[in-house]
Amino acid sequence: MAVKSLADLKKMSSEFKNTVSLRENGDNVDSLIQIKVAMATCGIASGAKEVMDFYLEELDKQGIKAVVTQTGCMGYCYAEPTIEVKLPGKDPIVFGHVNVEKASEILEKYIKNGELVEGIIPVNYETVK
Amino acid sequence: MTHYRFHILCCGGTGCKASNSAGIVRKFEAVLKEKNINDVQVITTGCFGFCEKGPIVKILPDNTFYVQVKEDDVENIVNEHIIKGRKVERLLYTDPKSEGHVSDSKHMGFYKKQMRIALRNCGFINPEDIREYIAREGYAALGKVLTEMTPEAAIDEMTKSGLRGRGGAGFPTGLKWGFARKSVADQKYVVCNADEGDPGAFMDRSILEGDPHSVIEAMAICGYCIGATKGLVYIRAEYPLAIKRLQIAIDQAREYGLLGKDILGTGFEFDIELRYGAGAFVCGEETALIHSMEGQRGEPTVKPPFPAVKGYMGKPTNVNNVETFANVPVIYLKGADWFNKIGTEKSKGTKVFALAGKINNVGLIEVPMGTTLREIIYEIGGGIKGGKKFKAVQTGGPSGGCLTEKDLDTPVDYESLAAAKSIMGSGGMIVMDEDNCMVAIAKFYLDFTVDESCGKCTPCRVGNKRMNEILDKIIKGNGTMEDIELLKNLATVIQDTALCGLGQTAPNPVLSTLNNFYDEYVAHVKDKKCPAGQCKDLLSYVINPDKCMGCTACARKCPVAAITGTVKQPHKIDQAKCIKCGTCLDTCKFGAISKQ
Repeated sequence: MAVKSLADLKKMSSEFKNTVSLRENGDNVDSLIQIKVAMATCGIASGAKEVMDFYLEELDKQGIKAVVTQTGCMGYCYAEPTIEVKLPGKDPIVFGHVNVEKASEILEKYIKNGELVEGIIPVNYETVK
Repeated sequence: MTHYRFHILCCGGTGCKASNSAGIVRKFEAVLKEKNINDVQVITTGCFGFCEKGPIVKILPDNTFYVQVKEDDVENIVNEHIIKGRKVERLLYTDPKSEGHVSDSKHMGFYKKQMRIALRNCGFINPEDIREYIAREGYAALGKVLTEMTPEAAIDEMTKSGLRGRGGAGFPTGLKWGFARKSVADQKYVVCNADEGDPGAFMDRSILEGDPHSVIEAMAICGYCIGATKGLVYIRAEYPLAIKRLQIAIDQAREYGLLGKDILGTGFEFDIELRYGAGAFVCGEETALIHSMEGQRGEPTVKPPFPAVKGYMGKPTNVNNVETFANVPVIYLKGADWFNKIGTEKSKGTKVFALAGKINNVGLIEVPMGTTLREIIYEIGGGIKGGKKFKAVQTGGPSGGCLTEKDLDTPVDYESLAAAKSIMGSGGMIVMDEDNCMVAIAKFYLDFTVDESCGKCTPCRVGNKRMNEILDKIIKGNGTMEDIELLKNLATVIQDTALCGLGQTAPNPVLSTLNNFYDEYVAHVKDKKCPAGQCKDLLSYVINPDKCMGCTACARKCPVAAITGTVKQPHKIDQAKCIKCGTCLDTCKFGAISKQ
């Protein structure tokens, strides 16, 4: 496992990067894309876990810096799985009926290009800060 | 490779370990396994700094900061937070002002004003895994220095950064390296001083426990700069966890070829060994430290010759403190110009402090130089325990002085603290409240230095002992005004004549308390009273017969049966028998007992 040159070290550093990237991203969460997957019983039952795994893998594969977390039930049990996407500097948007296919569409269109896609659930409540 | 959803960081510093953080880690692993959750990683890190509320468990990426976690809480955290995504409210930190739960560490007053350079990896990476350090650009500074800079250029960069010795004296690091570079010899040594000895200080220990590789990398850089191939870490045997992690880190660095021969293919050779000290305070002094490493008595010798000329085994030696080294890799990565913009005109960068004493948030903090004592004590430290009144803060441990209310707006840097008649010191910061007697504080520190004096020179060996006896006399109520004068006299003579830093600075706490709290000394001598109510010989507990209901509670609790009286009649304390333990005062429900 010897590091023979500075180039070796740099290569190794980027290889190991993902061991700590989750922590580093968590440290400056406000400047990153945040995806929250609703993982309450209703969400999990309708496949939220697959959606979460999809994002974790795909974002890493494409090298997109993002924080994927899970939250509790958002209340839209009729539209599970639901996810909330917050792009830096924008208001969060909630999408419903997100299967892996939909998740991919949201990634390609909204997350990468800011284009809106079908399936947005209008936010009709206020959160107590 | 597995994509982790969560990282669970458990503090593995000595403080949290003492409150069973290792058990918490094991429990997390067991519960996760039992529930078949394999996309959550549990990591033991170094100190988070918030020792007051340990053991700490931090969950990322959502930055949830759980305090005072017990093994029994683990299942609950997994069920709620990991599985259901709901934070466990009862374990969150409660803001003392708003009394609301603070869900993530970014919003805690304790962290807001901090800036972490030396502690950048503490509480963030697993100190026992070199891969995490490398992932955080570890050893990249060494790579940069070895491939892009000549030793002279690297020393110039260090000088330009303005980094000064964090052991307390504040000598410019670049200058020190330059001296060692100039000495010509067949062998030179880099020594890391990890003999942290101030009462209440634990900065260096926490760095070594939380980020040992940063010190190893810096020592290698220093070796390249001064032309040394050997490094030695002088560490006290009382720091077993730091020793263990440092040894693991050295072994891993060797395995990766980052220590040893031909580092990074540049032909540069450097290796590090540990030397254990037995925990003598004087061995923090560099000449004493070197003698101790050579197997001699840990006694200082007169400088010059300075270690840069004639040090370990008679060879040129550069000695730097742990925290100084921890700053080095970042300086080379980000550049001297980045570093010298932080801090004040003459004191650059940040300083780590161990907050202790009568303060709400006991812990480890790092702030930019120039932060005021008020900000540290009230904003980061959360103020004085139990809403009591602030009285003084001691910086620089037994070599420093106390600073009072009037000094609270002093910016923390080498010059300002010296102007306020204290010193920066290595970073111990002990806060005292109205219940602390300053004469007793002076005696506490002097007790320490008398114990730790090596006995080589007379002023320190005998002089400090005499001062200690006079203080004892004053505390017992037998002092005279002449004693106070004698104390002052002795103190100045010792300062001027003692051989090394230990002796020269030992009278500081006495002079400083005399300066700031002269009235308290006079009260002990003339009125035979201790205004703070701490010196037992000068106070008596008395029962106010008008308030005493004769409930007998105090009489039953008194360990020496000094309280007598019949039921429903006022009681009395026999002063001859009373040992002044204060139990009766705590027991009385009617406020009938008072200290006088």
